[in-house]
Amino acid sequence: MNLNLHIWRQKNKDTKGKMVSYQVNDINEEMSFLEMLDVLNEDLLRKGDDPVAFDHDCREGICGACSMVINGRPHGPTRTTTCQLHMRFFNSGDNVYIEPWRAGSFPVLKDLTVDRSAFDRIIQAGGFVSVNTGSAPDANEIPIGKEIADEAFNSATCIGCGACVAACKNASASLFVSAKISQLAMLPQGAAERKRRAESMIAQMDAEGFGACTNTGACAAECPKSIDLANIAQMNREFIGAKLTSELV
Amino acid sequence: MSWLSKTLSSTIGRKLIMAITGLFLVSFLFVHLIGNVALFYDDGGASFNKYSHFMSTAGIIRVLELVLVLGFGAHIWTSIQLTRLNKMARPEGYAYELKPAKEVSWFSRNMGLSGSIVLIFLVTHLQNFYYRYHYEEIPYVVYAPAQLYPQAKNAPKEVVTSIDSVAGHTVLHVTQKQAETIAPQLNTEALKDMQQLVQEVFTKEWWFAILYVVAMFLLGFHLNHGFQSAFRTLGLAHKKYTPFLTNLGGLISILVPAGFASMPIYFLIKAFM
Repeated sequence: MNLNLHIWRQKNKDTKGKMVSYQVNDINEEMSFLEMLDVLNEDLLRKGDDPVAFDHDCREGICGACSMVINGRPHGPTRTTTCQLHMRFFNSGDNVYIEPWRAGSFPVLKDLTVDRSAFDRIIQAGGFVSVNTGSAPDANEIPIGKEIADEAFNSATCIGCGACVAACKNASASLFVSAKISQLAMLPQGAAERKRRAESMIAQMDAEGFGACTNTGACAAECPKSIDLANIAQMNREFIGAKLTSELV
Repeated sequence: MSWLSKTLSSTIGRKLIMAITGLFLVSFLFVHLIGNVALFYDDGGASFNKYSHFMSTAGIIRVLELVLVLGFGAHIWTSIQLTRLNKMARPEGYAYELKPAKEVSWFSRNMGLSGSIVLIFLVTHLQNFYYRYHYEEIPYVVYAPAQLYPQAKNAPKEVVTSIDSVAGHTVLHVTQKQAETIAPQLNTEALKDMQQLVQEVFTKEWWFAILYVVAMFLLGFHLNHGFQSAFRTLGLAHKKYTPFLTNLGGLISILVPAGFASMPIYFLIKAFM
């Protein structure tokens, strides 16, 4: 198939970008979207042009690197990561618009690559449990109910790709932060730092400049890992509880 | 109190203000709607005018009025702050517009727009009814016993503008000046004729009636998202009760606006039938 691509090109953080059109021909429908971009880049390199920069790593849907908004939807028309999106979802002659995640907290570094360190700083603020070093604890040493383990695991499947921020009209990071807070809040290992975690991670989320949550559900609808919107309510619950009872003034 | 101001100025804190004031305003809508049902009693406005009189004079109601103003103020002010904050979170928008997934409703994404139109309506609504009732000269009405009608119906125009007889009452339509003399004579109180005012606004200034109905549509969509969203913001989402709250919000978002919209529609139909 042949496609008309319209791709956001931006030299670096400090320059203004713009949409640039490219034509790609003879794309196989079994290719992934990233492989299609590889074809474009090889073509650009042969012509001596600058290839399109985009983040990618595992290419098996578990790392969350391949961030791009395709035709107005993060990761494109299917609820997968971009690397798992295949060209059979497109038709020959289609116009395909490709842009980076748009959020003030995710500055564009080059073309489709954005800086997602804001997420790292939120995790550093409290998205962890403190444990003693030394030999690893025995498995199943702490009994955890199956239902709770499942719920916590569902929240833990968040890969931190940032599609929730990209999809949100307010560029809110609520789904990401809530998945991380909920996961640890449900488990006994997370209990010791529960209040401090909620307060610090939410404070960091605000400091990074993410927007507020309107509960439109756009994030959960785009999440490649199907993180549930109920996580956000749990985050709010943790926040209210921590603010009313924690020792931090 | 610094922890409190810090809490309430965080993104979640501001959403908590939106949720709490929003649910409070929903409770106001219920009270307002239930009271206004008196408009439909065919008793020459006696029920509705007595209700209006009570609502504009009773001390407890005046205090609640202040709480209501604060509730509206906080809801609107916080929404402006949040909108600014949310705009700042995405300084450079998408070149190709975001296409939200089909399960995301248009109205949930445009609460600011529906809220603004309801606010414009609210301003005209307050001017039409609250301001005119309190600060403009409007007709008065005196309710006398029914057996007085044969005796009173021939009263001269200088004393009484017009007289009706309805179930249980003789209704004397008077001006404010006439009310001052006639009410003490009948040993009763003259009331401002709010029923008459409502009827005149909805039939003579029919564009307000249309704005009223349009605003109620938007209020419905605002409530449809807002009601269940408020509970989510307050941390209440669970498969046990979220479907119930969503359905309840859906029901409220239809019944409350429909109840209000039925009032201008009722008067328009009555006037043109």
